Amino acid sequence: MRLKTGYVAIFFTMALLLSGCSSLKSGVLNPQGPVAQKQYDLIIWSIVLMSIVFIAVIVLFVYMLVKYRAKSTNEDYVEPEEKENKWLEVLWTAIPVVIIIALAIPTVKTTFSLEKSPSPNQKPITIQVTSANWKWIFKYPEQGIQTVNYVNIPANVPVRFQLNAVGPMNSFWVPELGGQEYTMPGMTMYLWLEADKAGTFIGRSANFSGKDFTHMQFNVNSLEKTKFEDWVANVKKTAPKQTEKMFKDLLKPGVVKEQTYSSYPNIDVNRLDENGNPILEPQSPTHHHGNGGKEDNEHKELEMDMNHNSHTNHK
Amino acid sequence: MKDFLFNFKMPEYFFVTGDPLIYGAYVSIVLVSLGILFVLTYYKKWGWLWREWLTTVDHKKIGILYLLAALLMLFRGGVDAILMRIQLTAPSLNFLDADHYNQIFTTHGTIMILFMAMPFLIGLMNIAIPLQIGARDVAFPALNAVSFWMFAAGAMLFNISFVLGGSPDAGWTSYTPLAGNALDPGPGQNYYLLGLQISGIGTLVTGINFLVTILKMRAPGMTLWKMPLFSWSTLITSVIIIFAFPVLTIALALLTLDRIFGFHFFTLAGGGSPMMWANLFWIWGHPEVYIVILPAFGLFSEIFSTFARKKLFGYKAMVFSMLSISALSFIVWVHHFFTMGSGPWVNSIFSITTMLIAIPTGVKVFNWLFTLYKGRIEFTTPMLWALGFIPVFLCGGITGVMLSSAPADYQYHNSYFLIGHFHYVLIGGTVYGCIAGLIYYWPKMFGFIMNERLGKWAFWWFTIGFNMCFIPMYIVGLKGMTRRMYTYPAGLGWESWNLIATIGAFGMGIGFMILVWNMYYSFRKGQRDTTGDPWNGRTLEWMTSSPAAEYNFAIIPKVKGLDAFHLIKKEKAAGVKEEEVELKPIHMPKGEAFPVVMSGFMFIAGFGFVFEWLQIGAIGVLGSIITMIWRSFNDYDRDYYIPVEEVRKTELAAGRRV
Repeated sequence: MRLKTGYVAIFFTMALLLSGCSSLKSGVLNPQGPVAQKQYDLIIWSIVLMSIVFIAVIVLFVYMLVKYRAKSTNEDYVEPEEKENKWLEVLWTAIPVVIIIALAIPTVKTTFSLEKSPSPNQKPITIQVTSANWKWIFKYPEQGIQTVNYVNIPANVPVRFQLNAVGPMNSFWVPELGGQEYTMPGMTMYLWLEADKAGTFIGRSANFSGKDFTHMQFNVNSLEKTKFEDWVANVKKTAPKQTEKMFKDLLKPGVVKEQTYSSYPNIDVNRLDENGNPILEPQSPTHHHGNGGKEDNEHKELEMDMNHNSHTNHK
Repeated sequence: MKDFLFNFKMPEYFFVTGDPLIYGAYVSIVLVSLGILFVLTYYKKWGWLWREWLTTVDHKKIGILYLLAALLMLFRGGVDAILMRIQLTAPSLNFLDADHYNQIFTTHGTIMILFMAMPFLIGLMNIAIPLQIGARDVAFPALNAVSFWMFAAGAMLFNISFVLGGSPDAGWTSYTPLAGNALDPGPGQNYYLLGLQISGIGTLVTGINFLVTILKMRAPGMTLWKMPLFSWSTLITSVIIIFAFPVLTIALALLTLDRIFGFHFFTLAGGGSPMMWANLFWIWGHPEVYIVILPAFGLFSEIFSTFARKKLFGYKAMVFSMLSISALSFIVWVHHFFTMGSGPWVNSIFSITTMLIAIPTGVKVFNWLFTLYKGRIEFTTPMLWALGFIPVFLCGGITGVMLSSAPADYQYHNSYFLIGHFHYVLIGGTVYGCIAGLIYYWPKMFGFIMNERLGKWAFWWFTIGFNMCFIPMYIVGLKGMTRRMYTYPAGLGWESWNLIATIGAFGMGIGFMILVWNMYYSFRKGQRDTTGDPWNGRTLEWMTSSPAAEYNFAIIPKVKGLDAFHLIKKEKAAGVKEEEVELKPIHMPKGEAFPVVMSGFMFIAGFGFVFEWLQIGAIGVLGSIITMIWRSFNDYDRDYYIPVEEVRKTELAAGRRV
């Protein structure tokens, strides 16, 4: 009787679960670009491998439960002396090793391949992503424009996102285009993504960053290449310029609507502290850091200049 | 000086206000406290409470205190979980606002890991380990009481944050810079730091205590290779605790310095590194996961062997697999942040070390399955929880392997897929193990057996509810839902899954309530255990009466092999005569007041530092140091002997021939 209730409940649960399966094709399981596709393939491969383990264990488990349960017929049970079996133990050590090798090889391959452009023959576009309490700021250094809380990208063009943050860490995640990467204050990181075709994909922050973190959802609009260029030209013509003050106001905690700017001030966000104020360089009379630190600073300045140049080129 | 002594900077809100839930909590806290005070005074139980519980050093009583605290914390953490699930039942609900939701998921995580899972397992260790290795107590009984009261002080401090000053709200991982002073000022995050710091001292001391106990106090004849699996798992866990907890202590201390004294370990201004917190936290945090799973593995091993009526299959392989899991646990921490840009080499290496853990874990699962092979499986409630563990832990394990692959993890990280995974391993492993162990050792603690019929109802409600709650999370995770969202918009295909999950959560709640009801019901009507061996057990703890006498064993048993008590019973059945041993007076430790007093001072210190009232903090720290010094200078008259006559009387009353 009790068992029966259990079965009914399990059946009911399964029925509920199956009824939802038709709508599985969204998010991670609906890859819309080469990066997401690579990860999707790896995920499916790992599911296949893990299904082998799952089925093997469940079959053994059910077999043991049914065959060796206490019944009236085995009341005269005497404990067998057997307590281990070398060959069996070697077997179930070896099989997991094989399975893990089968997963580790594509894992390492994919890990390295994700560091490179998904379409090396195509000229990539760079977009700088900054997360700030609780909004996304996208700068297009090559175009000199800026958007807030939405990002337009050309379809079939690899996009190199440069990620950083003002304030808490967030994670930049567009499941249908590929996996995420953190945005961190004081450190720039990179993420390659590419969309196969035009369309709108939802992105969000995957790392908790405080009060309005939940609302850090944004649209990624993939446009045909010509349409993207039209859009850029249109923005440069019609959108307002962003002053330094406007940018600093934008960094203040709060939720804002989608915004578009035809220019942005030259501020290195990696040099802002948790509250968006400039970090004062420590006044050290002697140089403890040596050359490494110095080179790093010069490198940053160089990068800023480059941004500035590309900025002016487009004017 | 005067400024320092009388300067109490008040936080913006001292009493948390503005929510009917909070007012309800105030009223219930006041009523329950008054109720307890009244009952204790009316029945003149203050002396009893002080002598029998507050100053006890008996490992069995300390174990019961731990379990009581753990069950209360399971209730608190469970209420948090239910509140979160109600908020997420449907899109765009306003049951909780973002601030409350953030506090609730933070306290849920912290409480469940540090104030529920750990004390639950440490409680079971306290109850079973000295009995299982044939000892009369742990190596340092008074220190054991220090462990408990430190934990209790930390847990209490953490829990009052709910009504005084506000709860922490940066997640149980408390990542900087979010958890730093610049972005999260006020007492909330300080509660996290000091609550964990104080209870962490208790855990570290427990680790040392059980390491020494198991290494030095085993019954004659019990070599390491004749030690039951739960003792092995406790030994290995103790070693992990000793290596991992100092890292947490340091990390918490550094962040405390940052927050209260303006240091710059984790802040950008001043050259600190926010990323360092993530590293330190997980260098402790990943071993911590194994601290809460290995003892559960030990309990399952005992239970499978007992109710399959068979020796554990592959004993040595089981021990070696635990040893390799414990070693691996220290070299996988980066897998918690593959997505923080460590580079392809680091990610590849940590992917592989993480996958390696699947091998010893797989060995354990197959050995458990083959323990059932050719056995005679009895479906008692503890066995049901142990059997239920296999399929659910399997789901958690295989999704864990999926998560270990770094490029795939870019798609799972911080999504509900991850939430599904770690609840499957932590509930399926740790909680199932705790409940199985609780029911298994219940007669040893209280002398009666928990009702089987109610026990099975609790199991099925909990198990079905659990799967209904967490399978949908895997799916919404793949659909892009991230953890810690306090609400979500409609139209993303998340609605029905979240609804199912909420229904499941209530099922688990009902299961828990049946379990608690069963404790009361069985106390009134349960079958009494007069033999001390209700399950036909195989290890030494079942040789004592239920509950065991204060001194555990009148005569310390001689161990001849694995499953020592099983061998003794077999010999008895074969008619081998027992050796006549003369009773001797038994040397026992006296109760101690200093652990509870010292922890009381630590609580005061913690409370002072939380509100940055340094003078109060200083009083607390000084008080606990003085208590410690006082105890050091009063190190005599701490023990006594139970005379032979009294031992004989106790043994005869328990129906034993001496």
